Amino acid sequence: MSTLTPDGSQDPRQPVVPEDDGPILEVENLNVSFFVDGEWFPAAIDVSYHVDAGEVLAIVGESGSGKTQSSMSLLGLLPVNGRSTGSAKLKGKELVGLKGAALRRVRGREIAVIFQEPMTAMNPVYTIGFQIVETIRSHFDMSPKDARARAIELLTMVEIPEPERRFDAFPHQLSGGQRQRAMIAQALACEPQLLVADEPTTALDVTVQGEILKLMRDLRERVNAGVVLITHDMGVVADMADRIVVMQHGRIVESGTADQIFNHAQHPYTQQLLESVPHFGTASVAEGEERTARDRAALEAETRAPILVAENLVLEYPKRGNQPVFRAVDDVSLRIGRGEVVGLVGESGSGKTTIGRAAMGLLPVAGGTLEVAGVQMQTAKPKDLRPLRDRVGIVFQDPGSSLNPRLPIGESIGEPLYLHRKMRGKELSTEIEKLLDSVHLQRGFRNRYPHELSGGQRQRVGIARALALQPDLLVADEPTSALDVSVQAKVLDLFQELQREQGFACLFISHDLGVVEILASRIAVMYMGKIVELGDTDSIVHRPQHEYTQRLVSAVPVPDPAEQRRRREARDALIAQAGVS
Amino acid sequence: MSTPLEPTGGIDTAETIENAIELREVEGLSQGQIVRRRFFRHRGAIIGLVVLALVAILAYTSIGAFGIPGWWKWDYFTPNDVQNSGTPTLSMPVWLGGNGFAIGDHPFGQDEIGRDIFARVMKGTQTSLDVMVVISLLAAVIGMVIGAVAGYFRGGIDQFLMRFTDLFITFPVIVIGAVLGKFAGQAGAFWLAVALGAISWTTLARLVRGEFLTLREREFVDAAKVAGASSTRIIRKHMIPNAMGVIIVNTTLLASQAVLLETALSYLGFGIKSPDVSLGTMISEYQSAFSTRPWLFWWPGLFIILIALSVNFIGDGLRDAFDPRQKRVPSERKMNRAARAGATTEPEQATS
Repeated sequence: MSTLTPDGSQDPRQPVVPEDDGPILEVENLNVSFFVDGEWFPAAIDVSYHVDAGEVLAIVGESGSGKTQSSMSLLGLLPVNGRSTGSAKLKGKELVGLKGAALRRVRGREIAVIFQEPMTAMNPVYTIGFQIVETIRSHFDMSPKDARARAIELLTMVEIPEPERRFDAFPHQLSGGQRQRAMIAQALACEPQLLVADEPTTALDVTVQGEILKLMRDLRERVNAGVVLITHDMGVVADMADRIVVMQHGRIVESGTADQIFNHAQHPYTQQLLESVPHFGTASVAEGEERTARDRAALEAETRAPILVAENLVLEYPKRGNQPVFRAVDDVSLRIGRGEVVGLVGESGSGKTTIGRAAMGLLPVAGGTLEVAGVQMQTAKPKDLRPLRDRVGIVFQDPGSSLNPRLPIGESIGEPLYLHRKMRGKELSTEIEKLLDSVHLQRGFRNRYPHELSGGQRQRVGIARALALQPDLLVADEPTSALDVSVQAKVLDLFQELQREQGFACLFISHDLGVVEILASRIAVMYMGKIVELGDTDSIVHRPQHEYTQRLVSAVPVPDPAEQRRRREARDALIAQAGVS
Repeated sequence: MSTPLEPTGGIDTAETIENAIELREVEGLSQGQIVRRRFFRHRGAIIGLVVLALVAILAYTSIGAFGIPGWWKWDYFTPNDVQNSGTPTLSMPVWLGGNGFAIGDHPFGQDEIGRDIFARVMKGTQTSLDVMVVISLLAAVIGMVIGAVAGYFRGGIDQFLMRFTDLFITFPVIVIGAVLGKFAGQAGAFWLAVALGAISWTTLARLVRGEFLTLREREFVDAAKVAGASSTRIIRKHMIPNAMGVIIVNTTLLASQAVLLETALSYLGFGIKSPDVSLGTMISEYQSAFSTRPWLFWWPGLFIILIALSVNFIGDGLRDAFDPRQKRVPSERKMNRAARAGATTEPEQATS
């Protein structure tokens, strides 16, 4: 095992040559199943793969495909009603069925995990330094002082600024990216032979994701460990993976090198998966240009006043206890014409959702003016908002949370009609059926409850409800960010189809430039509560002007290894220029 | 984008149901049905429910209630001749160490003036159950309304209502109960229960408020607002049904406390007054006879324990049933058996 040093130069062992005997991890016919309702239900079936030293193996699949459970079973991290059979050998040592002290020796020491959500994976009551030291000292006989020095060394290695000071920081005092870095440091603490990274960048903003991926790539060259990367993001896969395993319904449907999978996919599922990934930077070239032209023509022909006009809009969250007033949106001016789709892009905390909520009248206007469908929001009384609600609709981010779990979905969809159109009985139920048809759901679904539906079906219900009153303005607040790519593709197609049919204006809020590029004719980029750039989709995507937009555009991963390599180099240059966040 | 859409209006089979495993347990059931199913699988709760039902049936049919006479031959207030110094005639079956099962004339014995203790315990049980129901229903309604209003509207109303609740919490229940009970006790068990219900809603109000504070941040509440629903409709239709778990569970737990509270007050002499009988008054009345006639003490005590314990078990069962995180861990034996049985069929199921 090599000695880790802050900069790889002093490393006595030169870059990794997998001179070792065979692969680090060999998984053969691994089965994972869960005991539900009196029988065993398989989550992963006959999974076989191997990982070599210094290699990144990506396991790709949608949620429910068994990719996480099969990997977690290596560490014995299955829930009580789960079990695994088959064989998984780490350097010849059998992992399946390992228990007690033997399992503890493997965990952290030989296999380490980077979890998806660093906020919940780190203990909030201990400092990050303490948690790293804890990992080291539970495996090595080391004095607290040496362990501390080692932890600071690790924090330096993952490029956390001021590691000496950050050693005593609590997880909540760090930014999301720094937290993820700290967790990587913890995972690397014992120089594991195998690193399992479970969606390591999913919870992060796209620019931070770029930085973390860069770090992981740098580290991989320095630490001679095999990496199992579990992800659903094809862009990340293209960025990182040497070999790829594609899983569907608990089985491996295809495996091969990154080049084989991306360029010569054999299995129809893999092809479908690749097709459904929005390929950033291409959508606006082909159909996009035509659409932009069409939109522009339509817009010029449009004589009616815009549906949404914001002038120097300021939105604030009121003071709460000791927390001072928080200004979420500052001096924003935006205009949405009738039938126009405007994309609003930014990172979490940039204030994009706040604008969407204010347009619905869910938040008071603190300054400037906001006019939606002819209603002046800054002076509107609850009474004035009633006619507005007839003309606007909103699709929420989390389809699981936006439907009342105690109501059958038919009732959820029908509620706006019940309240505004005073529809009852037969009339209401025909209308609900029409709406279900329009979002391609079976009519029988109306009597089901939200928990019986998949994420994509729930989101379609959310769209049906938002469109029930045939609104003039639809606010779509990250409607696809909680969905798998193939489901996302279907929902986006549906969305485009409905937009063409009904011609509503739309404020499409997203953090994913690739998605916005497909839908919107204009894009507004938000950063720290301000719109930093606003322009045609084409010019934002291909000729970003503002420095932040450039960073954002360069950080979007593209599902194509060759192109991604090019983009990555450009991005790394930008990161080097601007410094890490 | 060239993703083929599935046929319009067709069955959506191509889509991976990502929560398929969790769904297996709840397929085709409403939330209420899921809760009911989980509750009926909870052994402790079912035993509690059966015991409580048996106790209630016994208490109400034996001596009758609401003017309808029961099947038991004695009543709870007429003195009779004391037979065999009032020793219980109930004898246990042989396998329980008795000398053959028999009920006899006075199974629970008699007190010093010859009143039948069985009838008195039954009457006391009736009183306790009545008081329990009234206290818990009243407290549930008050707590729910106050908690819902405070949690939904927040701001000034919330501040006011919660300080008001704090005020009630600072009063020791037993002291307030004693003062109120002194007046209300004269007017009968019902008014005592009303008085106690009026002071025991505080915990529930705070819990409901907490639940509402989290629920109002959920997106479906915003969705209802955008749909144009009024505050009353949102509270009634969207929020209360979702807070029902908290309300039901805590009302049940409150009910078992109510039994003990009434008993304690009656024991102290502030609760139910003679000629009404409650289990608490019986214990207090007969405590001096503990060494000579222990049955006067044991029987009401046994019934207090039975009621409080079974209500508590039901409450536990409800809490587990409403809490989705409470998953029963299947037993090792069951899992192994299913593994052997399913070993051959497993691969086929997988493709579904």
